[in-house]
Amino acid sequence: MNNVMAIYRKEVGAYFKSPMAYIFLVFFALFNGYFFSNTFFLFSQSDMRALFNITPMIYLIFVPAVTMGVLAREKSAGTYELMATLPIKNFELVIGKYLSAFTLVLAGLGFTLIHFFTLLAVGTNIDYGGIICGYLGLALVGAFYTAIGTFTSSLTDNQVVAFILAAVFVLGFYLLDKLLIFVPVALAGPIQFMAVDYHLSNMSRGVVDSRNLVYFGSLIWLFLALTVRVIDMRKWR
Amino acid sequence: MIRVENLEKYYGDIHALKGIDFEIDDGEIVGFLGANGAGKSTTLKIMTGFLAPSAGNVFIDDLNIQDNSLDIREQIGYLPEMNPLYGEMRVYDYLEFISQIRGIDAGEFKPALDRVVEQCGLRDVIHLPISACSKGYKQRVGLSAAILHDPKVLIFDEPVSGLDPNQIVEIRNLIRELGQQKMVIISSHILQEIEATVDRIVIIDHGEIVANGTSQELMAGFMGRTQLTLDVKYANEESLAALPNSVDGVEVADIEMVDGRSVLSIEYAREVDPREAIFDYAKNSGWAILEMTQNQVLLEDVFRGLTGEGGSDE
Repeated sequence: MNNVMAIYRKEVGAYFKSPMAYIFLVFFALFNGYFFSNTFFLFSQSDMRALFNITPMIYLIFVPAVTMGVLAREKSAGTYELMATLPIKNFELVIGKYLSAFTLVLAGLGFTLIHFFTLLAVGTNIDYGGIICGYLGLALVGAFYTAIGTFTSSLTDNQVVAFILAAVFVLGFYLLDKLLIFVPVALAGPIQFMAVDYHLSNMSRGVVDSRNLVYFGSLIWLFLALTVRVIDMRKWR
Repeated sequence: MIRVENLEKYYGDIHALKGIDFEIDDGEIVGFLGANGAGKSTTLKIMTGFLAPSAGNVFIDDLNIQDNSLDIREQIGYLPEMNPLYGEMRVYDYLEFISQIRGIDAGEFKPALDRVVEQCGLRDVIHLPISACSKGYKQRVGLSAAILHDPKVLIFDEPVSGLDPNQIVEIRNLIRELGQQKMVIISSHILQEIEATVDRIVIIDHGEIVANGTSQELMAGFMGRTQLTLDVKYANEESLAALPNSVDGVEVADIEMVDGRSVLSIEYAREVDPREAIFDYAKNSGWAILEMTQNQVLLEDVFRGLTGEGGSDE
């Protein structure tokens, strides 16, 4: 655990010493703000569904951009050799890196709280439970996409390739339930269950089902386990 | 003690290491010499646990790298070839991070930091970002990170590459100082560097060890006979031809005629010194001696002979 925290602190420090983190966060806040504000005042509803609908789409670019360098940059810069020869277990490296990237994603999500405070100021009959569940859903989607990005970053030493691979993966999970009309009925259920939107929409409505938590938890675990496996195999190349 | 046993490594179809065997005792500085691509870095990367061997094993005392990689990594301080560092971190923060990973307690960090700052001369840059440090200071930062936990084994891959002569001397002195208590392995393709720093040399060529010993042993073993260059005037063909018969134990390997002079390459066994007899013969034959030079065997000759390479004069 000490190693995880040491790596986490180093990585978070590196993020916030670099201008890229601030650029990502500002763009994330601007896009969310623009799309949320557009419909918020139009429909005159005291909820944040607009945000809960738009943020997963912005994640499709934002999260791969945050995670693309998680391991790929270490490999291209040669510092991976340094890390791999320190007494660190591979899963400690992966967890430390993953948590630091997820912290940046959460920081981005934190910026959207300004819309919540706007709602508090102008709204009536606010469904606090729904908003908390919606934010929990966005945090879980962010955590899931960060795990995917960490995995794709372990596959290559090229950050652009890592970004594209992550974007393709997250887009795939995002679009799965849009493809249901093209698949046989027998497969529709399992495919729908694999879709991010299916679970997120439940939570955006204020419903937290254990199936949603199991879905996100197991997929996060799967992609992080795959990342550890990729790192394990690298020394046998 | 480090024991490397029958180490083999394949990169796809390329057989990079073909059964490397050697041992290193406590307090010994061993130099790995070889041309680029000979297998030096691959051997070191396997010893540090960065790469897995295709066959063979590395032992540090009773631990082996296949089963005890984490324990072995705790005992090793490693400076990789390109000295990769996190440029955005301050030197202090970087060393603190390494100390946390190395399991050095907060209370023990300060004395350890003071020790490496003193040994590596980092006082002037300790609060600077690593990216703002000169190449020499960056190398010292890499070295200080390698020795921060006072490891039993130090492995330096090309530690003086790209440094200026003053920095090379400083790093060399530091390595010698460290080598008094620890096992130190240095890889280099710079012959002079290896010769000046290490107790023993291991020469690797095409993934195999072709020589293992002190520089004196290697030079003695490589050159069984001594060569002498004799540059004379007024030597006629008869007297030149009679030299081997007149002086015991010498052979004339070559005679070159240059502007009326004769330049003789003479060979004789290492155990004998016929220079006085050759001088007397030249004097009696009426030769005027312009030059008589007994050629020194250099480590470079050994390296060239064993690997067909010339090494680098960087």
